[in-house]
Amino acid sequence: MKRTVPLIITFLTGFFLVVSFFVPHEPFGALEQRLLVWFAIVSGFTMLLGVDSLIRSHVRKVAGRRPGWWHSVALLIGLAVTVVTGAIGFSRFGSPFHMQSPFMFLYTHSIIPLQGTMFALLAFFIASASYRAFRARNTIATLLLVSAVIVMLGRIPIGAAISHFFPAAQEWIMDVPQLAAKRGIQIGAALGAVSMSLRIMLGIERSYLS
Amino acid sequence: MTRSRWASLIIVAIVLIGVPALTGGSAVLLDEPGTTDNGAAAPGEPPAPPCGVAAGDVPDDGGGAILVEWTHPERDAGLVRAYEILRYVAGEEPAVIGEALPSETSYVDGDARDGVEYQYVVRAVTPLGSAESTPSAPVSSAPQWFARSRLNVLILAGLFSAAVLLYVRRARRGIDLYVRKIPGLDAVDDAVGRATEMGRPVLYVPGIETVSEVGTLASLTILGHVARRVAQHGTPLEVPCADPIVMTTAQEIVRQSYTEVGEIDRYDPHRVAYLTYDQFGYTAGVDGIMVRERPEAVFLLGYFAAESLILAETGHAIGAIQIAGTKETSQLPFFVAACDYTLIGEELFAASSYLGREPVMLGSLVAQDLAKLWIVYLIVFAFAAGTIGALVSPDGTSFLTRLFEALRAWFG
Repeated sequence: MKRTVPLIITFLTGFFLVVSFFVPHEPFGALEQRLLVWFAIVSGFTMLLGVDSLIRSHVRKVAGRRPGWWHSVALLIGLAVTVVTGAIGFSRFGSPFHMQSPFMFLYTHSIIPLQGTMFALLAFFIASASYRAFRARNTIATLLLVSAVIVMLGRIPIGAAISHFFPAAQEWIMDVPQLAAKRGIQIGAALGAVSMSLRIMLGIERSYLS
Repeated sequence: MTRSRWASLIIVAIVLIGVPALTGGSAVLLDEPGTTDNGAAAPGEPPAPPCGVAAGDVPDDGGGAILVEWTHPERDAGLVRAYEILRYVAGEEPAVIGEALPSETSYVDGDARDGVEYQYVVRAVTPLGSAESTPSAPVSSAPQWFARSRLNVLILAGLFSAAVLLYVRRARRGIDLYVRKIPGLDAVDDAVGRATEMGRPVLYVPGIETVSEVGTLASLTILGHVARRVAQHGTPLEVPCADPIVMTTAQEIVRQSYTEVGEIDRYDPHRVAYLTYDQFGYTAGVDGIMVRERPEAVFLLGYFAAESLILAETGHAIGAIQIAGTKETSQLPFFVAACDYTLIGEELFAASSYLGREPVMLGSLVAQDLAKLWIVYLIVFAFAAGTIGALVSPDGTSFLTRLFEALRAWFG
């Protein structure tokens, strides 16, 4: 019974969503939007569970003086400050997202620069990963290296200045072999997704159920 | 005539003939009333109204929407600031129901009542004034019971589902099915074993999306298998989540896995924790766990975006064995470059069947491979038909070319 009821709910939900994809008439047509609203409501409540999990795990780290516990202290302080500034913004300006509110000050001057910093790290990681990937160890890696050099040169002005071969060759590489491989992967992934959805709907795949 | 008068006449002639020729014909000589020689409206002339206004029920929808389309004379290109759409209905005053940009030539009235007849007028608004089209023919909206444009999807999905069910049935009857090897999935147990030998934890990252993303769902099915192996070996398992629903589901899956192998006492719910919904905040958090906890095996399975390489490179830097997988083609090259094993697209969805080794689940994998084979046949056939058709009859009238075009339109 513990598994049968969720399986029936899963089947019916999946079945009606598939029907709504092909039948735009009421009551099926708006079903997906309605379920998305339900999903948003459930998400709102689970956010409380998420915050509870976050606080508990970091309080445990601080209480147990585990390695790096001061990071947890910083996180808890940051969380508290964010909540307090949000409340101040709400009481003074009617919304924490008002540009004059302290919450937005924090967001603009700490979160956005931190996000930018993390994103900027990507440049260094691309360099290190490319160094490993483009080493000409065998035929396939050499092919990768050559095509990568052509694509990179073809996409910058100096490539066209050296020879018109580079822009034309990079366009061919991107439009023909690259796109063919990409579409092959996408077709496979789409079939895999349909197959997995079918397994879940029919109760063949149950590993997501506890 | 004096010499100076002849000179004046020559200069005037040069100006009248030469300047328009050099400038490509500007607003100097009028070809017809109200227009210049390049078709633009003459200064002060009223704009031409939009023409060919046609309204029709939006196809394949749930009703309540009418599509209005129009064209605009070339001569007023660049002059129109906006289009106003007016709706007329018997017994009511005409009203402006919306606006369209100058570059647009269609508008969807999403506020129509099914069965009520409407007429539409499009008004072009220009700095020189506005011009209204003639009303469209009366039209009404209606809901449809079947989206005909999705018939191809229905047929293909039906055929594929039938193939899956057929092979699942064959597997149930005990017929031996061949499933190709997937090295990335074969390495899952080895990775957990290595972490156990080294006495270091296993890190499982289920991506940054929520459970409505099919990649996340596939990842959660693999998590069950990994958690069972981890529980059997007594190795710590860390599952940082970017979504509270994923966290709740992952906690249940991991708890169930520990229960199945009789190690529920070792289950620690705080190791399956929520970090943050923020993409790079989550990335920083997972990187921090990698650097502090030094996991020996890292699983990056699910939906990933720009953070994929940051995570994979950090995992590489700490020397962990990494198994990654996603259906996002833009992130796959990063995983291939930085990880030991990569599950490409469909392999991620095949994982739970492959790892579970249940015959019924494997049946669906065989159907998947079979469907791909048929798609390859179809692509080769269409390619051959299109190429041979173009060679036989370059004007595109051959049967093969028409067949190729029909196939392209049906799948398009």
